[in-house]
Amino acid sequence: MTWINAIVQGILLGGLYALFACGLSLLFGVMRIINLAHGDLAVLGAFLVWTISTQADISPFWGLLLALPVMLVLGYVLQRTVLSRSLRGGPLTPLLVTFGLGIVIQNGLLQAYSPDVRSLGGSAGRVATGSWRLTDQLSIPYIGVLTLATAVLVLGGLHLVLRRTGFGRDMRATAQDPDTATLVGVPAAAVYARATAIAVAIATVAGAFLAVHSTFDPASGPTQLIFAFEAVVIGGLGSLWGTLTGGIVLGVAQTIGASIDPQYSILAGHLVFLAVLASPRGRSLISRSRA
Amino acid sequence: MTLLEVDGLSAYHGLLHAVRGVSFTVPERQILAVVGANGAGKSTMLRTIAGAHKAAAGTVRFDGADITTRPAHRRVKLGIALVPEGRKLFADLTVEENLQIAGRHARPGPWSLGTVLDAFPILVPLRKRPAANLSGGQQQVAAIARAVMTNPRLLIVDEASLGLSPMAVDGVYECLRVLQDAGTTLLLVEQDLQRALSVADDVICLLEGRIVLSAPTGTVTRDHVTAAYFGLHRSERA
Repeated sequence: MTWINAIVQGILLGGLYALFACGLSLLFGVMRIINLAHGDLAVLGAFLVWTISTQADISPFWGLLLALPVMLVLGYVLQRTVLSRSLRGGPLTPLLVTFGLGIVIQNGLLQAYSPDVRSLGGSAGRVATGSWRLTDQLSIPYIGVLTLATAVLVLGGLHLVLRRTGFGRDMRATAQDPDTATLVGVPAAAVYARATAIAVAIATVAGAFLAVHSTFDPASGPTQLIFAFEAVVIGGLGSLWGTLTGGIVLGVAQTIGASIDPQYSILAGHLVFLAVLASPRGRSLISRSRA
Repeated sequence: MTLLEVDGLSAYHGLLHAVRGVSFTVPERQILAVVGANGAGKSTMLRTIAGAHKAAAGTVRFDGADITTRPAHRRVKLGIALVPEGRKLFADLTVEENLQIAGRHARPGPWSLGTVLDAFPILVPLRKRPAANLSGGQQQVAAIARAVMTNPRLLIVDEASLGLSPMAVDGVYECLRVLQDAGTTLLLVEQDLQRALSVADDVICLLEGRIVLSAPTGTVTRDHVTAAYFGLHRSERA
């Protein structure tokens, strides 16, 4: 029974990792940028949600809705000002720039909010703490289900936008060949900026769910970035549904590791990630990105 | 009336000064063929006119307006479309999606998905196929159709027949005739001299980034152009 419990909790945790991975995967897919500030942007979003919901004394979910437009604008401006310039400097420059951006965000948050550990779990009420008790050893937390459902909704919505809408087609065309996209009239810079806006908004959703799930502080970003990155690689670069699978595989690996011994939790996730990298699929992934 | 006016245009391809002070005009509804050896600067020149490449000096005027510094996607809105060398379709997208993308940012005009498919019927059965699965000739037609979706007044075709079978080339020129009949001005780069001379009204020949021959096609012979193509005139001119 503990195994079933571990797997169920892992699947639910996977929803959170998939949310984190989604924005990372989107930016990589569209702009070939690995956004090293992704985790920190998510934590920045979490702090914004925290500020809004404590100042206005509202539920963090309402706070998230109010924070989303702000983060959309932030993402748009970020691309237009910082990332677009760094893109012109070759493939390594965005890596360095986002690395630096991550440090700026972390230290900015440290200055503004102090290193205290916070959580939105308390103010979220029963959603954060309640669960369906199936048996003595198996209960399904509301927040886990809500996170997974949100992840499926976000990934599914993004998938539909990319497949079915004109803007989605523009994004796919720009991802494949920005030069030719501009030659058929697609304003590639605007497409990039909108993609970044969406990615940062999704990161904010992920950050808010992390904050309700557990705790966060200004230095939480890099850990989440690693989990997101692992989920993306396990699931396959550029594939949205793969990202969900990757998140779930990572989550299950961590909870199974934890049920063997709590200290193996994170390690088990890393081992699965390394196993995927070492597998033929991982090798093809590496050789493809070199080509 | 002059539609395109290029004056003293210079452009670099990396470090290479690929286009060196090129000037020419294309009147509306005419066909201008550009010939020249590999590396003569043809593609760079076309890409600079379409806005995909920065001009180092000189001006490009379109319908009287100076567009030298406008980005490529704005030029599409004005009515300049480039069919790039190597087709450059969006490989993972279907043929129809390729067309729709161009249609979404089109200049208002008669061409739409329906009219384009009517004009290029060979694309109809291929609509739902990923562009990567098309033959070279089909890809070239799809690439032209995609450019036509933007309702161009000036269609620039880079290497229309490169790497295609003779039959496929006939198909491509069939498409270009449709456009010509619709009143589109054409600027073609063509390796096949015979074909260039037979379709175009005027021909210019580039050599090392400069125009070495510019004449109505009726007044030049194949030998004339061949001599210019290989730079055989140069000793006489110098």
